[in-house]
Amino acid sequence: MTAMLSIRNLHATVGDKQILNGLTLDVPAGEVHAIMGPNGAGKSTLSYVLTGRSGYEVTQGTATLNGEDLLALEPNERAAKGVFLSFQYPLEIPGVPALTFIRTALNAQRKARGEAEISAPEFLKKARATATALKIDFDMLKRALNVGFSGGEKTRMEIFQMAMLEPRFLILDETDSGLDIDALKIVAAGVNALRGPERGMLVITHYQRLLDYIKPDRVHVLSAGRIVASGGPELALQLEAEGYDRYVQVAA
Amino acid sequence: MTLATAIATGDLTQLPSRRDEDWRWTDLRGLIRVLPAASPAFDGDVGAGPFAADETVTIVNGHGPAAIAIPAGEARTVALRVVAATDGTAHAARLSVTLGQGARLTLLESHEGRAASYLTQTDLDVSLGEDAALERIVLVADHAEAVTIVDAAVTLAAGASFDQTILTAGARRQRIETRVSHPGQGAAVRLDGAYLLRDQRHADLTTVVTHAGRDGTTSQLTKGVVRDQARGVFQGRIVVERGADGTEARMGHHALILSDRAEVDAKPELLIFTDDVQCAHGNTVGALDEAAIFYARQRGMPEDVARAMLTEAFVGEVVERIEHEGAREIARAWVSQQLGAGE
Repeated sequence: MTAMLSIRNLHATVGDKQILNGLTLDVPAGEVHAIMGPNGAGKSTLSYVLTGRSGYEVTQGTATLNGEDLLALEPNERAAKGVFLSFQYPLEIPGVPALTFIRTALNAQRKARGEAEISAPEFLKKARATATALKIDFDMLKRALNVGFSGGEKTRMEIFQMAMLEPRFLILDETDSGLDIDALKIVAAGVNALRGPERGMLVITHYQRLLDYIKPDRVHVLSAGRIVASGGPELALQLEAEGYDRYVQVAA
Repeated sequence: MTLATAIATGDLTQLPSRRDEDWRWTDLRGLIRVLPAASPAFDGDVGAGPFAADETVTIVNGHGPAAIAIPAGEARTVALRVVAATDGTAHAARLSVTLGQGARLTLLESHEGRAASYLTQTDLDVSLGEDAALERIVLVADHAEAVTIVDAAVTLAAGASFDQTILTAGARRQRIETRVSHPGQGAAVRLDGAYLLRDQRHADLTTVVTHAGRDGTTSQLTKGVVRDQARGVFQGRIVVERGADGTEARMGHHALILSDRAEVDAKPELLIFTDDVQCAHGNTVGALDEAAIFYARQRGMPEDVARAMLTEAFVGEVVERIEHEGAREIARAWVSQQLGAGE
């Protein structure tokens, strides 16, 4: 049986620079996989290649979601298929209230899937419940998305969007960066609430800390653009203790 | 040298030309080779205008009332319709708008082109008494072949407030100019504008605010969106004269260029002849933020939806500063329609 997300021998360049170098990875439905690696290993590149950002060119290899070729789809088509990226640096959207932005996105996804739009009362009810769970002040959702928000608030807003959009496959890119421990717990609880047999998750992180709260089923080490080691959760602890040196050397 | 004088005298040399520094981006002398005949009077039906108000003043082909006067202490909302229902002819109109002490007026002004290639100048002489308040919303819907000038000279007394929002889709050549004599002394000015241009349309928003006395404020925000081969011009000048201490003035002009062949020319100027002032200006001309577009697409929005949303939000800041609620709604709808048309 094929995994939910299946990546085979993926090569990608940014500009003239080769960043992904034959990356192979399977994430089955219901599992949370962590990708750890040193700076410059290609962690963010992987998240952008999977979501279709321009400037990230796939030169070889495949990536499929439930057997469907992801790489042939537009970014918004991938989103409608259920791929969600929690950005390491969420963008500020001046003039667009967070609720308006999310409702526009949700309805665009629904339209792409041939589903009816969500009604305004239904949307607001869901937004209020989700905001409460994530300890987000509802008034903040009426303000322009992420404009003037702190790093922690932006991250919480990413998780809020994730909870509202209910994606099938989640990619978290360095979601722990800039979070204090309380914020980290809230974010992790929000992510864990989305865990389920129908969902897959890829948690990209430099540090082990996040994985204390979002416990992965598998841990992969990314170095120089490919997976150089895989193991259970204990691998993350080992990396925390020993650092990435031996893997950097393996890759070189 | 004005278009109105040229129309009145038939003398082409009276037209402003690119040799005049203040007209270098909106040349009329080089454009108009022959002055057309005077526009005929029009007594047909001009239908409904974009704004509804209890009181409507209508000027058609240059003919209509010459004054709007609000007595001291009174508050009114007036729709002013300036209609060009003529093709291939020229006309000018002059209107005085006077507010007595403490009077309030919401002026919902529309310029409506009902024919193709007219040539017009409309002059407004606006005078605000002490503590009077005027909000002027100007919606300019000229024909693509029209050449038009709207020129307002505004004089404020102490404590008066003048708020203005100009919304225009441009014309073949179009200049909308506002000159404000600002006395300071607690008087406050807001001068906003939005130009949304496509095809080969041209719009020039020019403003001059002269702070002559101390303790006055001016807040100015203009936004533009140009595509195709359109051209937007912004000239904003704030003068703070000697002795006008305590002046606070802010000027912002920001434009999006959505095609390689579109053009924006901007000249923000602060001329300050005294020390104790707070003045700032910001001017940006660029494209939509591609990173923000990717972000919206990652959330599921198709590219055209993402671009339209971000563009509308960009202009929205100007619209949200309109105080009159009905006018704000009409402005919002106008922005959506202008940005959506032809997609």
